[in-house]
Amino acid sequence: MSPKNNLSDTILETKALTMHFGGLMALNSVSLKIQRLSITALIGPNGAGKTTLFNCLTGLYKPSGGQIIFNKSSRESLHLNGRAPYCVSRLGLARTFQNIRLFNNLTVLENVLIGGHCRLKSGLWGALFRGRKTKKEEKDILEYSHSLLKNYGLAREAGSLAKNLPYGAQRRLEIIRALAAGPSILLLDEPAAGLNLAETKELEEIIEKVRDLEKLTIILIEHDMSLVMSISHQIHVLDYGRLIASGPPEAIRCDPQVIRAYLGAAAS
Amino acid sequence: MPQISSKTSKPVLRALFSALWLAFLALPILVFRVNSISGIIEYQWSRLPKLLAAGFLASLLWNYFQKRHLLKQESPKAGSSSAGPPITWADRFLARTDRYRWLSLLGFGLMVLPFFCSPYAVKILTTALIYITLGLGLNIVVGVSGLLHLGYAAFFAVGAYVYGLLNYYFGWGFWVCLPLGTLSAALAGLLLGLPVIRLTGDYLAIVTLGFGEIVRLLLTNSSLTMGPRGIGNIPPPGFFGLDLNEKFRPFLVEHLALNPYMDLNKIWIYLIILLIVVLTTIAALRLENSRLGRAWLALREDETACQSVGISPSQAKLTALTLGSSFAGLAGVVFAAQITFIAPSSFSFMDSIYILTIVVLGGMGSISGVIAGAAVISCLPEFLREAEEYRFLIFGALMVLMMVYRPQGLIRSVRSVCSRS
Ligand SMILES: Nc1ncnc2c1ncn2[C@@H]1O[C@H](COP(=O)(O)OP(=O)(O)OP(=O)(O)O)[C@@H](O)[C@H]1O
Ligand SMILES: [Mg+2]
Repeated sequence: MSPKNNLSDTILETKALTMHFGGLMALNSVSLKIQRLSITALIGPNGAGKTTLFNCLTGLYKPSGGQIIFNKSSRESLHLNGRAPYCVSRLGLARTFQNIRLFNNLTVLENVLIGGHCRLKSGLWGALFRGRKTKKEEKDILEYSHSLLKNYGLAREAGSLAKNLPYGAQRRLEIIRALAAGPSILLLDEPAAGLNLAETKELEEIIEKVRDLEKLTIILIEHDMSLVMSISHQIHVLDYGRLIASGPPEAIRCDPQVIRAYLGAAAS
Repeated sequence: MPQISSKTSKPVLRALFSALWLAFLALPILVFRVNSISGIIEYQWSRLPKLLAAGFLASLLWNYFQKRHLLKQESPKAGSSSAGPPITWADRFLARTDRYRWLSLLGFGLMVLPFFCSPYAVKILTTALIYITLGLGLNIVVGVSGLLHLGYAAFFAVGAYVYGLLNYYFGWGFWVCLPLGTLSAALAGLLLGLPVIRLTGDYLAIVTLGFGEIVRLLLTNSSLTMGPRGIGNIPPPGFFGLDLNEKFRPFLVEHLALNPYMDLNKIWIYLIILLIVVLTTIAALRLENSRLGRAWLALREDETACQSVGISPSQAKLTALTLGSSFAGLAGVVFAAQITFIAPSSFSFMDSIYILTIVVLGGMGSISGVIAGAAVISCLPEFLREAEEYRFLIFGALMVLMMVYRPQGLIRSVRSVCSRS
């Protein structure tokens, strides 16, 4: 279960990250570290600020304060604050959304092709004149997309419109689209939301497959505790915008503060 | 039927059949001629045998090439493909699918068509082709990228006025102004794009509408552009410095028995815009299956998700607006050459709506749909001559009906990636 590489290496770090909407502190000085090639879960009650943290990390929100540091490799370290979302994704952070955001009127294959946008180089001239380089690029991305769809079990649906997929397959497609960019960090926002038991089991297999096949770090927001406990190496717990606990699953399971946050003060 | 006999006679029979079919199709244009002065129909049966012979020959040749192509396809399977004969341009063309052949046949038909048409028909055809170019351009902006643009006629005006003004003041010719008009329109698109990249939906629609009106008002009120009077006497495109009507008409009329009143300049313009339509269609098709085209589609579908896959929405919007506008500029220059007189009233808000109707009616994002839509929309007024005042009423009703019963347009958008899977 543990990643092969050393866990000491930090790929992403937030320092006193703060985000407020008017008077509401959605994130209150959150400092955490994500280890390279690990699976990290982010949990917390509704409205704790988990999605807000994702939005800050991926540039959709501009943090009110604090820093986000991305160690692209052990040498190269970048600040992500204030970068536009598309820049952040080009740097290697790919995400899914809590409420699925697919390109609904495009086919499954096209969704994946678009996911691979930043792997390609060709611009207007490439498109108009279709040089050898562009042709090869297009052929490669097409092959790659097909192989991704095959690996993650959507090959047969390649030609159907994204909006016509069943719910579970849509969730899966969103993950595949994110993978198509070849990210170094994959951020999954409640991938099991709305899935039934069997689909959740499938999702778990997919996440494990991603972990094994692609070399990347996974950050996962999830309410399904059995899923979280079984696949994550590290769990961070947010409550009212504050980081209240961090640690491996066993430690989090019996942390009194976490229990209190989830079950209310009376339980403690 | 025994197989052996059918094998030998088949090409000949088929050729005969095609020739008859062609003759039947071409009968109304080539053999029947309406004399509009005396109001009677003239029959020119002497043309029929020529037509039949030509169709027969063409079909035979066609069969021959097809067979050669089939043989070629089978042979490489036996030997190694790398040691095959050198691939020439012609071979590669023949190796294309049937669709390409039909399209090239259609292209050829469209090329010779104006020589057998009345000047009036040539005018309608040219207008239809101009609208196809406009539709393809606006389709990039509205249909593919999802940016509601209500001032598209302004860019059409930029193209037309670039030719009109440069010709009026400096005497520059069509061929110089064609690229200049295209570039100017593209630049205008970029200029409009810069302030609106942050806007979407209704806001964008309002700003583009405003932009269109500003351009029209500028043209109306500036003395440089001759105000509402417009610019006249815009010359037709040159043909290596020759006067087409003087040089070639006598020959064509004498030897091919063509209409002595045809205007070769107008036909030349028709041929130019036909080529432009072919090129812009190819460009649009290629863009559709490219990284850039997919970025536009992503932008249309979901701007947030589009950012999260690494597409810069501003860049996608700017390229779509710039490229879409350049198509309009191209069409504008040809338009100015065709009607020889341009005035601001030709580029009003209603004209923008007119082009938008083409895109919506044809099918948002569908290239064949846009072509069909442009053909329908530009021919409709000719049939509705009597109902001139009700034209937009009829368009409106058409749009409502389309939106209710066929929101995907005449021809649903199918990109080749979808069907390939
Ligand atoms: N754009 C915004 N404007 C104003 N308030 C916001 C915005 N985004 C989030 N919030 C607020 O921030 C708080 C945290 O929201 P967030 O979506 O991060 O919660 P979450 O932990 O993802 O919850 P859930 O489990 O329901 O998804 C909520 O109170 C929410 O109302
Ligand atoms: Mg959330």
